[in-house]
Amino acid sequence: MDPAQFLTAPRVTIVAGKGGVGKTTVALTMAMAATKIGLSALLIEIEGKSAIASLFGRDDVSYDGTELFGADQSSGRGSLTARALTPDDALLEYLRDHNLKRISNRLASSGALDMVATATPGIRDVLILGKVKQLERSGAADVIIVDAPAAGHAISFLRSASGLLNAVNVGPIETQAREVMELLSDPDRCEIVLVTLPEETPVNEMVETAFSLEELVGIKLAPVVINGSLGDPAPFDIDPADAAAEIDVELGDDDLKALRMATTFVGGRARLQAEQLERLNRELPLPQIVLPFRFTADLTLVDIDALADVWLEQVSQLADQA
Amino acid sequence: MNLADLIATKSVIVCCGSGGVGKTTTAAVLAIEAARAGRRAVVVTIDPARRLADALGIEGLTNQPALIEGEWPGELAALMLDTEGTFNGLVEKYAKTREQAERILANRFYKNIAGAMSGTQEYMASEKLYELYAESGYDLIVVDTPPTRNALDFLEAPNRLARFLDHKLYRLVTAPTRGIVRAVNVAAQGFFRSIGKVVGGDVIADAIEFFAAFDGMEQGFKERARRVEQLLAAEETAFVLVASPRADTVAEAMFFADELRSSQLEVRALIVNRVHPQPVDRDLEADRSRALELSGTTLGRHYQALADLDQISSGEEGHLRELTERISPAPVVRVPYLTVEVHDLASLTLVGDILVGRTS
Repeated sequence: MDPAQFLTAPRVTIVAGKGGVGKTTVALTMAMAATKIGLSALLIEIEGKSAIASLFGRDDVSYDGTELFGADQSSGRGSLTARALTPDDALLEYLRDHNLKRISNRLASSGALDMVATATPGIRDVLILGKVKQLERSGAADVIIVDAPAAGHAISFLRSASGLLNAVNVGPIETQAREVMELLSDPDRCEIVLVTLPEETPVNEMVETAFSLEELVGIKLAPVVINGSLGDPAPFDIDPADAAAEIDVELGDDDLKALRMATTFVGGRARLQAEQLERLNRELPLPQIVLPFRFTADLTLVDIDALADVWLEQVSQLADQA
Repeated sequence: MNLADLIATKSVIVCCGSGGVGKTTTAAVLAIEAARAGRRAVVVTIDPARRLADALGIEGLTNQPALIEGEWPGELAALMLDTEGTFNGLVEKYAKTREQAERILANRFYKNIAGAMSGTQEYMASEKLYELYAESGYDLIVVDTPPTRNALDFLEAPNRLARFLDHKLYRLVTAPTRGIVRAVNVAAQGFFRSIGKVVGGDVIADAIEFFAAFDGMEQGFKERARRVEQLLAAEETAFVLVASPRADTVAEAMFFADELRSSQLEVRALIVNRVHPQPVDRDLEADRSRALELSGTTLGRHYQALADLDQISSGEEGHLRELTERISPAPVVRVPYLTVEVHDLASLTLVGDILVGRTS
């Protein structure tokens, strides 16, 4: 499958997964991959503190958009912009844009936003998604990647619009919720990428989330991403001493000991991963993109760049979707 | 005080940390360790993974601790926090009459607060903790906290809600409509009318009705919030941080520790899960080039695994040193990355051995 087509049709990709599976890493990897094939990318962060900012040596990412790098004609690279959306800002902007500026000022000054949000649960999420929809409509970038809230919350996040429509049946918020639902259920405009680690609990949660999303939200499920793969466990079934003998290499005692420790550990983890991947294949019939584990305690842009290359490679090997 | 001492002496242990670091599992292990040390312990979990819930014998949301059978001298119980049920119980406790409680429980705005308002889960976790502490007679209560970016969310949740219920706007709508107050009240009504234009009038009517029904209960809630806060700050309560040794979660752990400190609370221990094993005395560059030379062979793959492991464990070591200094004098306990999944009593007990430094 052509990566450019994967990324632009639909334009909006929501990336979701359980906490700790590398959801933000995958969202950034996809945005980075887009820029590598000359597309402009917009990465949207939703929950509080920006994880992206520090990777780019910035203090934070703004609501109105922070350009992380510009387009580069000579290398053919597209630009990357990040936005941190907060519901409070989205509500105020929304009210201002709908000639309700007077209320927006009063809401802000009286601190009653909390009350409005409580009176209408889901309104925060709808406002965020409404803002995403507005960015999509205005063609803010070729590719829009949304780093969604953690898994359990992802479902309520994406169901917020239909929930709100049950509670609110008049006014501008109803229109907003309706338009968000249209966006989410239109496979030509929006899809979701679920991320997991090849471990038991994250795999369970991903399978459950995938079925709930299909049933409750009707959003298009894109190929899932398996993050942190250690690859084939088979080479670790062989003892380093035998592996050395096979190619006539002499191993010192220290080397043998260290190699055995490493192969026991990495092999053990890789075998657990392989079991979980096999189970995932049985339980969730969706194409997969597998990203390798990066052996570093400090993920940097070098790692993201390498992951983006793997991502592009893997997507181009996927079969075209019907 | 090491972790075993905390488990043996404290009445409350609160586990904090970012999502995906093994907080719930760690909380369960601490409670098991207390039972192994002969204490009566209960763990309050929030949204545990299914296998862990099964291992702990929790069948679903419940407000009553379920006893877990096991080979220990003490007693172990577990529950999965039922946020809404806990909130309902609180309303019933502080309502002046049965009618008042029923009016509130049936109100849509109330249901939104109890079910979906941000901070409610944190609030109910601390409320449940206080209730177990005050009424149940357990020696140790271990609480898992919802994954938040902000440690203070958990600490501040009770007060936040009390403040919310005491907002001056609501006092305006619920105030008696006389004289000058009435003039202000009209302004407030106007304000609600304009909000109603945005979200619909029904929603606002529900809110106003809720505040009218809630009238008179704020004091009880505020008083309760104050007592919860006192318990969290008490000497018999210990905050334990849970982290993994990666840059992002380490940064969050330090942020948590600083925040707790800003509220005059100390982190009593740091538990770092999933630490990679470190190869001893290796030359990373030499192993890397060996892997390259032997590229394509099984032994080459083995050298690559060795170099990879050396690289990540050195990075983790750097983070752990930094954290250890920052948390000092509180102990830092490392749990190695295991090559088994931790989801049954046997593996939980294995982690327990590591946490308290028991060698088997």
